[in-house]
Parts: sequence; structure tokens; C-alpha cells
Amino acid sequence: MPGPGIDKREWAAALAPALAIAVLAGLLAAVLAGTLDAAERATLWALIEPRLALVVMVLAVAAAVLGTLTRRAWLQHGAAPGRLAEQVRILVGQADGGLRLPEDAASAGSLSLARAVNGLLADRAALHAEIDQRIAQGSRAVADERNRLAALMAELTQSVVVCNLEGRVLLFNARARLQFRALAGAAIGGAEAIGLGRSIYALLDRRLVAHALEAVQQRLARGVAHASSQFVTGTPGGQLLRVQLTPVRATEGTGDGTGDGASDGTGDGARAGATSGFVLMLENITRDLAEDQERDRLLHLLTEGSRGALGTVQMAVELLDDPGLDEPTRARFFGVVRDEIAGMSRRLNDAATQGQKALATRWPLEDMLGADFVAAAARRIEALRAGVTVLAHETDGGLWLRVDSYSLIQALAHLADRLVDEYGISRLQLRLAAAEPAPGAGAARARLDLVWAVQALSTELVTAWETEPLKAGAEASPLTVRDVLARHGGTLWFERDRPRGEAMFRLLLPLAAANAPLQAEVRAQAGSRPEFYDFDLFAARGLPAVADTPLAELSFTVFDTETTGLSPSEGDEIIQIGATRIVAAKLRRDECFEQLVDPQRPLPEAGIAIHGITEEMLRGQPDIVAVLPAFHAFAADSVLVAHNAAFDMRFLQLLEGRTGLRFEQPVLDTLLLSAVLHPQQDSHRLEAIAERLGVTVLGRHTALGDAIVTAEVFARMLPLLRAQGIVTLGQALEASKATWLARVSY
Amino acid sequence: MSEPTPQGPAPAPAALVLVADDEPNILISLEYLMKREGHRVLLARTGTEALDTIRRERPDLVLLDVMMPGLSGFEVCQQVRADESLAGVKILMLTAKGRDTDVAQGLGVGADGYLTKPFSTRELADRVRGMLAG
Repeated sequence: MPGPGIDKREWAAALAPALAIAVLAGLLAAVLAGTLDAAERATLWALIEPRLALVVMVLAVAAAVLGTLTRRAWLQHGAAPGRLAEQVRILVGQADGGLRLPEDAASAGSLSLARAVNGLLADRAALHAEIDQRIAQGSRAVADERNRLAALMAELTQSVVVCNLEGRVLLFNARARLQFRALAGAAIGGAEAIGLGRSIYALLDRRLVAHALEAVQQRLARGVAHASSQFVTGTPGGQLLRVQLTPVRATEGTGDGTGDGASDGTGDGARAGATSGFVLMLENITRDLAEDQERDRLLHLLTEGSRGALGTVQMAVELLDDPGLDEPTRARFFGVVRDEIAGMSRRLNDAATQGQKALATRWPLEDMLGADFVAAAARRIEALRAGVTVLAHETDGGLWLRVDSYSLIQALAHLADRLVDEYGISRLQLRLAAAEPAPGAGAARARLDLVWAVQALSTELVTAWETEPLKAGAEASPLTVRDVLARHGGTLWFERDRPRGEAMFRLLLPLAAANAPLQAEVRAQAGSRPEFYDFDLFAARGLPAVADTPLAELSFTVFDTETTGLSPSEGDEIIQIGATRIVAAKLRRDECFEQLVDPQRPLPEAGIAIHGITEEMLRGQPDIVAVLPAFHAFAADSVLVAHNAAFDMRFLQLLEGRTGLRFEQPVLDTLLLSAVLHPQQDSHRLEAIAERLGVTVLGRHTALGDAIVTAEVFARMLPLLRAQGIVTLGQALEASKATWLARVSY
Repeated sequence: MSEPTPQGPAPAPAALVLVADDEPNILISLEYLMKREGHRVLLARTGTEALDTIRRERPDLVLLDVMMPGLSGFEVCQQVRADESLAGVKILMLTAKGRDTDVAQGLGVGADGYLTKPFSTRELADRVRGMLAG
């Protein structure tokens, strides 16, 4: 439109006077012709005819002069705004903002317009510069904050792991890495147990973490400002970890100045103060606990052992004074006294030597509101056994218990489960009250009754239930009810209340020190906000609902295998697996998996030249049945990526029968993605793609070397895919499927 | 063994007393003391033995130690209380377990009394007399 439009209007401006003169002349002629009679017309014509050429020439000259003038006027006033608009568009679009309109316009109006536009452009440039500077400042402040945090975490002697609500690891310190490495023992493939974006539930029992999180949420809901929760868990290696869980709470809306950029990423429309993740502080207490048990054993030896002996001595001594005593009996009493005193001396010496070793550490019991505990226990039992109702009224809500709620609830669930199994009892009641002080006083205790109707239990059955490993529904624990109660310094017995037609397990449990919870937990002040550090990864998501997830937010395990040959179905085997990870679009070179595998068959000469792996290197290596579980764990919760993935996946599929492991996650193939990105290219070999995308190839044809090249290639493909509108995993899979290369199968 | 002559100011009517404890040293003293009080005495070294004797002999009183091999004193007590025909048997628990929870448990499972070691002979004799009288 701009080109021809201007031309047409320019011509119109130039020709308009000619047209006007022609129309005027025509009109004049018509008027004269209409008002004069024939004679007058002839007279006039006789007057005009000799001078007609002159008249026409004068009119033509006038039309030309006027046309030139109107054209110039149009060019000056009519076309100028259009040109100006075009120039302004160019200047507005310029990146650096340094260009200005020429201020030499012919008319005063255009000149002032140009000046105004130039003024605006200058203002805009200044604003841009200021914004850039502020962003730079903000980024620096965030970077500083992160560095300070990183330094702080590195110095901590405790292991710290930060997770989002899904349990994905967002951050961990060196100490945590060491701790988990030590707990995992010798790892196959050299894979770290802990890694960014990995699930913490591979390392800690999900139910424990969920339980702790729930306890914390309850406290937050009551308005406690700094709620945290502790639990103790065992590892497969038999170690005990004490874990303190502290919630991370989202900020309300956008943050202040420096935090703007970062908090936008995490805000996620979250409710003000909603929990967005949690911090775990871990401590290995295996030694502490062993010492604790030793100390308990000593104390027991000294108290109960000595009481018995003292009792015996006291009675014997008192009876020695008895006037009716005959000599043989007197001699026996003396013997008893000597005997018991010798025994006591022995015990005392034992205790003294052993006691020096024992340390004063405590089993971590946490304060919990009795009503919360009873409600949690009732919910747990009902959740485990469908159709069972647990009433929780008749509970003294003001009591604070000091308990390890997880194991204690497990113990209650175990007892309830046995009752349901054995007698089909479907209505249970939990009652909590302060225990009337026992004769001889002692610490204040709570009495928790698990009550059912009528059915009595034999002592043998109760003993059996108390001493077998806890089991409720699908949950099991190596602990017994007795262990759990011993841990609480509590006790349990079966009791019948005949008048009320009830039977019950009665548990005595420790009460928390009065008011301790309120002193320890400062109530949140109105308007105050808990401080926390802010990580982009809080928005990162795991595998559920992956199809719609942007590729940039997923975790990938990029892997490669070396094999004895090219025909998996004809007996070729994997001899090496290498893998690395991409988390949130970043290659994690520090998270690698590399393991040689004994194929348990001869190695064909042909392959040795390619992969450089010899029979000697494979001797003594684990076989695939030992290696695959480690790789399976390494790849858990991530999308698999390989070059020519169909080949590697075929090997893995054929191993399903032998290892029982399925790789069910989605798979992306860099070969197919390359075909999606560059359909005109002849070669989609890894080297060719790497060269195309500017990836330097080092150490090819080891599994890990190839995996890293593939990962780098894949990482560079992500922005290119995005440019083609392929953003989510689902889109990438669809596009891959559509390429003709997808038909190649092994 | 000849019966010692009853001593003390208030001779109680002779009763049948079972003393159950796995410690021979204390059994000697308890047996002597009960006989001095004028009672007939039965002895048991384990929980199972005690329970058998109680069912067979239906003693008036049982001095029952908590910590015994086999059935514990608590368990013996519970089984006795579960048997309506043994309702007349009085039980006094003797134990080195001094924690308040143990005392509560003893009374909870139906013992008539609870004595924590060490105790004096007078204390024990008074409790026995009181229980046999009530």
C-alpha cells in the first residue's frame, strides 16, 4: 500500500488544477451556449476562434503552473507525515537507540514533530539504560545472595538437603553428598545417591517425610511461626538417621526490589505463605543410639539389679536378728549376704568401666499436642483398614505428649490391625487422659487406651503381638511394640473393664514438660514473613503428567551402551553403560554413571577396534543382572535420551526377563530429533550432528564419552526445537514419531 | 521341717502362702519369714510353676516376683485374674522394677498390692497381715 498510494496521490495533486480549469472552461462554454441565441453564438465564436490557440495555451500554462504548485504543496505537507511515520517506525525498532530523525524538515510543523520524536527517543534510551542497570544490579545481588548461601551451606557440619513439595532435590551441600555416599556403600557405576532434580524418596521413606510434613503443616495452621519436625529412620545398611524437616514457605506475591526476577519464577500463584518445599537436616545417629542403648542397659543393671540384691540382703540381715533362728539357718543367711554383696560389687565395677563410654544423648522425641496425635492415629488406622471406625472423643485435648509419633502410630496401627484380623473388630476407640500418679510418684504421664468391645485376649496372644515385628496393612517395620514403648519409657498392658463391657490396651506415655512447646515456638507476628532463599528449581517438575511439561523443566538421563555386536536378539550383550544427566536444561557433568559389564560370553574381535574394550578389562566386572538395577535407579524419574535410542532400548527390553526391570519412562532420540530439526541434511550420525551444532567431540566410543556428546547435542537442540514450536515433551515425541527415520527398528 | 513357733504380738490365722521368685537367696528369707508368721508355705521358681501351683493348691496369698523366666509375674497375675474360680487368691507383687509405670501396670493387671525391692521384713509382714485380714 505505501508505494503506489503515495504515487497516486502525488499525481492527483499535480493534475487537480488542470482538471479544475478544464471543468471550469467546459462549464463556461455550456453556460454561454445555453444563454446566447444562434446569432450571438456566431458572433462570439467569430471573436474567439482566431484567438482559440492563445486561450487554450493560457489555460494550459495556468494548469501547469498551478499543478506544479499543488504537487509541491502535497509533497511538503501531505506526504511528509507518512514519511515521518515510516522513519519513526524504523527508529523505534532499532536496538541501540542511538539514531535520531534528521531535523532539517522543510516546514515548521514537521520540524517540531521531528524534535518531539527525537526527545521521546532520547527518553526511551535513557530508560532502557536505567532498566538494564537495575537488572544487572538485581542479578548481582541475587548471585551474591546465592554465593553467600552456598558458602554457608558448605561450612555447615550438618547435611542439608532442600527439596520441593514433590521431594525433588533442589540443593544439597557437600556434607549431604558424603553422608549419602557413605550410607549407600559401594555404588555400582560410581553414581551418586543424591543429585539435583532427583527424588529424595529414593533415599528416605516417603511415608516418614509425608508424616513429618503433615505434622509441620498442622502447626503452621495453628499459627506457629517456626515449625519443624523430627523423625528417625533406618537405612538399608542398618544406619540410623535423625532428620529434621523445616518447611519452605512461598512469598506473598512479588518480592521487594532485588528479589523481583527470582520470586516471579516461584510465585506460581501460590497462596500467601503456602509451603513450597522443605529443608532436611540429617544427622547420622547410629553411634549415638548404640551408646544410648548401652547407657540404658547400664542403668537397668544398676537399678533393678541392685534393688533385687539389696532386697535380699535387707531381708537376710533383718532375719539374722531373729531370736528363734537356729545355727544352720543363720549360716545360710550369712552366706546369702556375702553372696549378694559380692554380686553387687561386681555389677558396680562393670557399670563404672562401661559407664565411661556411654554418652548422654537422647532418643529424639518431639512434643505433640495429644489431640493431634490421637486424630493422626485414628486417621492412620482408618486409612489402613477399610471399614474400621476409630472414635477419638473422650480425649483430653490439652495434653502435650512427648513422643516419636511415627513409630508410636505404627505400633497402635499394628495392634488395631491384629484385633481386626483376629476378631473382626470394626469399631475402636482411642482415649487419652492424664494418668493418675502411680504410687511412688514419678514423672507425669498420659494414659492412652485403645478400646474395643468385650472380646478378651489371652496373655500369650498379647505377648505375641507385643513382640512381633510391626505390620499394619502394607506397612512393616523391624521394630516391635515393646521396642517402641521402651523408646518412650512407656509401657502397655491388656485390661478389661467388665462393668462397661470393654477391653483395652492401656499405654502409659510420657507427657511433654509443661508449656515447653509454647516457649520453644514463637507465635508468628502479624505481617512478619519468614525469610528464605529462592531457587528457580522450585518450579521444576517430575515425571507425572510429563507430556505437557516443557522440555526445559524436565530431568533427562542421557545414556549410551557399548555392546559385543549389533544384534541384540542374536545374543549380543551390553559390555558398558555410560550416562549423564540434564536437569532444567543444564548438563550435570558431575552426575555420571559409568560401568563395565561382564557379558559372560566371548568378545568378538571386530568390536574391540571400535570401543577399545578388551576381555581383560571385563574380567571381574559385575554382570548385567548386578549392573542394571543401579542404572535403573540412576535413571529413575527422568526421561531417557540416547542417540539411535531404538538400538539401546532393544537391549534393555531383552533384559526385562532376566532382571525384572522395565524402563517405562518416555524416550527421546537425538537421531530423530536431528531429522526433525534438519530434514534436508544427509547425515544424522552423532559426529555429523555434533559438528553441525558446534559440539566438540572428545573421548568418543566409550559409553560415557558418547553419552556426554549426546547430552551436549541434546542440550543445544532444546532452543532449536523451541524455535520450531516444539516446547513440551509430548510435542517432541510426536515430531520424532513423524519423521521417516522412526521406522528403523532393530 | 518342723514348724517354727509363731512370734510377734498379733498371731494371724494360718494361711497357705505361695512364694514365687527365681532368686534362691531371697526365697530362703521369704520362706523363713512366712513360716515365722505362722503360714504354710509353697515355693515356685518360675512363672509357669507358680501358675500350676496356684491352680492346684488355691493358696490364700501369692508373693509374686515380676522378673521370672517363662511367664513374668504380670502375666501370671493376669491369668489368675482371668480365671473366675481363682477370685479368692490374693496377689502381692514383689519386684526390683521400680518405675512408676511398672507399679501402675502391676495394679492394672489386677494385683492386690505391690512392693518394690528393697523392703523391710516388717513392711512385708504388715502388708501380708493386712491383706489376709481384708
